[in-house]
Amino acid sequence: MATRSGLIACSIAFLAPFGFIVLTSVMTDHQALSQRLWPQPFRWHNYIDVFIQVPLLRYTANTLLYAGLATAGVLLSSIPVAYALAKLRWRLRGVCFVLVLATMMLPFQVTAVSLYVIFVRIHWVGSLLPLIVPAFFGDAFSIFLLRQFFLTLPEEYLDSARVDGAGELQVLRRVVVPMAKPAIAAVGLFNFLYAWNDFFGPLLYTAENQHNWTIAVGLSQFKTLYTVQWNLTMAATVLFMLPVILLFFFAQRAFIEGVTLTGVKG
Amino acid sequence: MSPWLLGFAMFYVYPMAASLYFSFTHYDLLSQPHWIGLANYRFMATKDPLFWTAVRNTVWIIAVGVPARVVFAIATGMLLTKVRRGGGLFRTIFFLPSLAPPVAATLGFVYLLNPATGPVDQLLRKLHLPAPLWFNDPRFAKPALVLLALWGIGDLMIIFLASLLDVPVHLYEAADIEGANAWQKVRHVTLPMISPVILFAVIIGVIDGLQYFTQGYVAAVAAGGQAFGAGHSLGLGFPQNSTLFYSVWLYQQGFGYFHMGYASALAWVLFLVTLAFTLVLLRGSTRWVHYQGGVR
Repeated sequence: MATRSGLIACSIAFLAPFGFIVLTSVMTDHQALSQRLWPQPFRWHNYIDVFIQVPLLRYTANTLLYAGLATAGVLLSSIPVAYALAKLRWRLRGVCFVLVLATMMLPFQVTAVSLYVIFVRIHWVGSLLPLIVPAFFGDAFSIFLLRQFFLTLPEEYLDSARVDGAGELQVLRRVVVPMAKPAIAAVGLFNFLYAWNDFFGPLLYTAENQHNWTIAVGLSQFKTLYTVQWNLTMAATVLFMLPVILLFFFAQRAFIEGVTLTGVKG
Repeated sequence: MSPWLLGFAMFYVYPMAASLYFSFTHYDLLSQPHWIGLANYRFMATKDPLFWTAVRNTVWIIAVGVPARVVFAIATGMLLTKVRRGGGLFRTIFFLPSLAPPVAATLGFVYLLNPATGPVDQLLRKLHLPAPLWFNDPRFAKPALVLLALWGIGDLMIIFLASLLDVPVHLYEAADIEGANAWQKVRHVTLPMISPVILFAVIIGVIDGLQYFTQGYVAAVAAGGQAFGAGHSLGLGFPQNSTLFYSVWLYQQGFGYFHMGYASALAWVLFLVTLAFTLVLLRGSTRWVHYQGGVR
């Protein structure tokens, strides 16, 4: 009984913020300034106004460009590295693995200043390139997760492909990748969400060029820049959260497995 | 392997070396860096008044936020282990808020806790309880950020839930036979068995806390009502520098004022503190962390 009421109390606490955010997002301007909590009438038109008042469509396109390309880049570059670390024997493998782990620990602030200086020099600041291009050189966390999963694949499958004359790249493409689909999906999902949610990176490199703002940057400046009210701000907030939540319901298992993989095996 | 090695050299080795060098220079991006020895570090420790403000705020958010999150994650995780029916539904509900993008979640909380029209203060007033100004009051801005962190407990909770479910049932049965009460079972069976995950959560919590940026930045800008112009952020730390965290100050120095040398020095101090904290926590942990199967 105590458990039940605890669960219900917690559920209300976790869900109420979503509820109030959605309710406010459909209030009229006048209501949003009042103390009323229940919209009367429901003004769904806010969800159209928000696209007219703010370049939300452009922000979304930028965010998708960043998240999509960065995810593709991380997967393309990290899968072969993880494979080499898990299944191939070569000198310095141990050293390289320690380096991967070390880069995971490094606070991003330590490299941020010098990277910024480089990107200023090559005139990339203001564009999305500083966010996308590094992804094609591998991501330590993704390499680590994929390596952990590749280790669990039985060696016999790989060997039988090798006996049939497949080169290592073919073994990777034909045997390892199909078998590791759930792990690859989880890593891809994580990277996509990371980029979708990322604030520091886009703020650092695109702040001065509104044309390339992502949703996160646009939203953070929303209330002050356009002096719009809470109702439109909350409508944009809902639109920003919604894809993530929908993605979660479609890929729930990948999510939960991914989180436990990072936690327990990390 | 080679693209990664190239990337490693380009995006880690060179930038680290360069920022270490910059930290001993005066560098504003326009002219060449010139060597000033330890002056940046001296300025940090003795002259920069906001450095210590930022340190205090960061220590506060770690000292309060990390234990609060760990306790709450264990508590909600334990609640979920007790459910018989509908466990999946509750698990989803508890997990959901952690998915909200930090910028969106922070904006949501700035609205929920705003003193004029926010539902939280309206409820508190109805119950005749004091209604704080939250993000507009230097005393309540950080507690409000802790509330935000607790709302997003889901990812940490899932990790604890997995390890709570791994605790062997026979240990609880043995405790029952010896007449242990509920609290004794938690204290002497559950906590020791999940202690490696607690250590993991504390280390990650401290590292994240030292780099705490997005929520502090967005809350200050949204509640303070000042936007940035041409890369210069105004209104950071609002109200009265109470949300000026270490990484926010580093950002302002480096990318607001373009004090690249000083920002590099701040970053290196952050790095060394992170390393030191992690080592101390790992060292000290042998006394309270219990690894199944004996010594690690």
